[in-house]
Amino acid sequence: MADSNAGLVVDDLARRYGPRWAVARVSFTVAPGTACQLTGPNGSGKSTLLRCAATAIQPHHGQVRFDGRDVWTHRRSMRHEISFLSHDSRLYEDLSAVDNLRSWARLGGYSTQVDELIEKVGLDPKRTDPVRMFSAGMRRRLALAVALMKTPKLLLLDEPFAALDPVGRELVLDVVRDICAQGAVVLMATHHPEEAALACTQHVRLESGRKVTG
Amino acid sequence: MTHLGPIIGQALWLFVRVVVEVIRQAFWVFAKDVLVEIRSPSRFIGVMFFAFAVIFMVAFASNTTDVMRRQAGGVLWIGLLLASTRSLDQSFAAELEHNALEGQTLWPVHPTAIFFGKALANAVILIIVGTILTPLSIAMFDVTVRGSWLQMAGFIVLGSTALAAPGTLFTAITSQARGSSVLLPLLMFPLVVPVLMAAARGTTLIFLPDPMDQSTAWLIALVAFNVIHWPLAGLLFGRVVEGGTH
Repeated sequence: MADSNAGLVVDDLARRYGPRWAVARVSFTVAPGTACQLTGPNGSGKSTLLRCAATAIQPHHGQVRFDGRDVWTHRRSMRHEISFLSHDSRLYEDLSAVDNLRSWARLGGYSTQVDELIEKVGLDPKRTDPVRMFSAGMRRRLALAVALMKTPKLLLLDEPFAALDPVGRELVLDVVRDICAQGAVVLMATHHPEEAALACTQHVRLESGRKVTG
Repeated sequence: MTHLGPIIGQALWLFVRVVVEVIRQAFWVFAKDVLVEIRSPSRFIGVMFFAFAVIFMVAFASNTTDVMRRQAGGVLWIGLLLASTRSLDQSFAAELEHNALEGQTLWPVHPTAIFFGKALANAVILIIVGTILTPLSIAMFDVTVRGSWLQMAGFIVLGSTALAAPGTLFTAITSQARGSSVLLPLLMFPLVVPVLMAAARGTTLIFLPDPMDQSTAWLIALVAFNVIHWPLAGLLFGRVVEGGTH
């Protein structure tokens, strides 16, 4: 029998900004080894939900649990297991791709092979160029490399296809498949449901902060 | 009582591990900030010239040599204070340009480590600026170091660190607000007035005859400000950068 605590559980989650509820009592579960796409129009609460799951913000009601633990309560330990590719690249403009990756690796104490990661995201020819010379798509690839540094058990992707070319989008899909094959959970907010469906087996749709399907 | 021994030992071991991890993380935050400064030296040069311009303008406007000499220490520290606001503002601008600060808190890095790493990097910049400005001030204000050079170095180092710790905390608070460059001095200056008084008075006494050795007392006061500011700001920093429900 499957462990009901395993995987990601979004339980009656609600979060507001001022008086406006961005996410209103949303519940769903994502089993281990599963990728779930989160869709909905702009302002439907996708990013807010991901930010709650990433421990970037605290929910006002309900909770996000991963493997049975409330992510906010156990945020210090959970942050070792959760990777979040957000809208912001979180890169330092004046540093090169290699410098950025090395800085993040040293900070987290990860013994990741930076060269392998750079090669994986297709940035090897530009590895020593400062990030300020990068296009939006190249920044997205580098941010993805940072997110993969942890070997996450929960990977949260906010608009991962944004600014990426077809090769880059295929790279994201490969990453999602690989991560799921290792038994991890992927939650992906996207405006490209058909493309995301190539790697995601579950679909949750939000509208005005409420779950409408999934 | 015999059962308490292993528990206390375990707690102590856990505490030591956390402290070592925070020191490791703080070092890498510091190293990253230094690397960013090295890769874009224009920031440091801008801060340096800003402080120099303040000192030069005051020296140029003063026409009485005796008054100038008495003002030298104060002017040096006004230059450093104004330069510190520029330097602090810019160090957080690099963090907020693509929200890297939030990335660090989610990485996972202990907020205290982020504080100590950034505050140390800011202190080092101020120390370098102070070290360059001191001989320039000595030349422009026509003063001589009558006390010991070691004490002079002590004022530059301890004054800079006492400015950097609260400065880093308040920059973190104001950096995400609208009009942060106006808010930072409003919040920070009242708190660092005692630091400035101690540093300015002590530095002036190094330039003037100090038969009662009062400069040592001001140096001790700066040590006390550092002992208060660093741990307190380190503890409060986590509340500022963690998301919470706000």
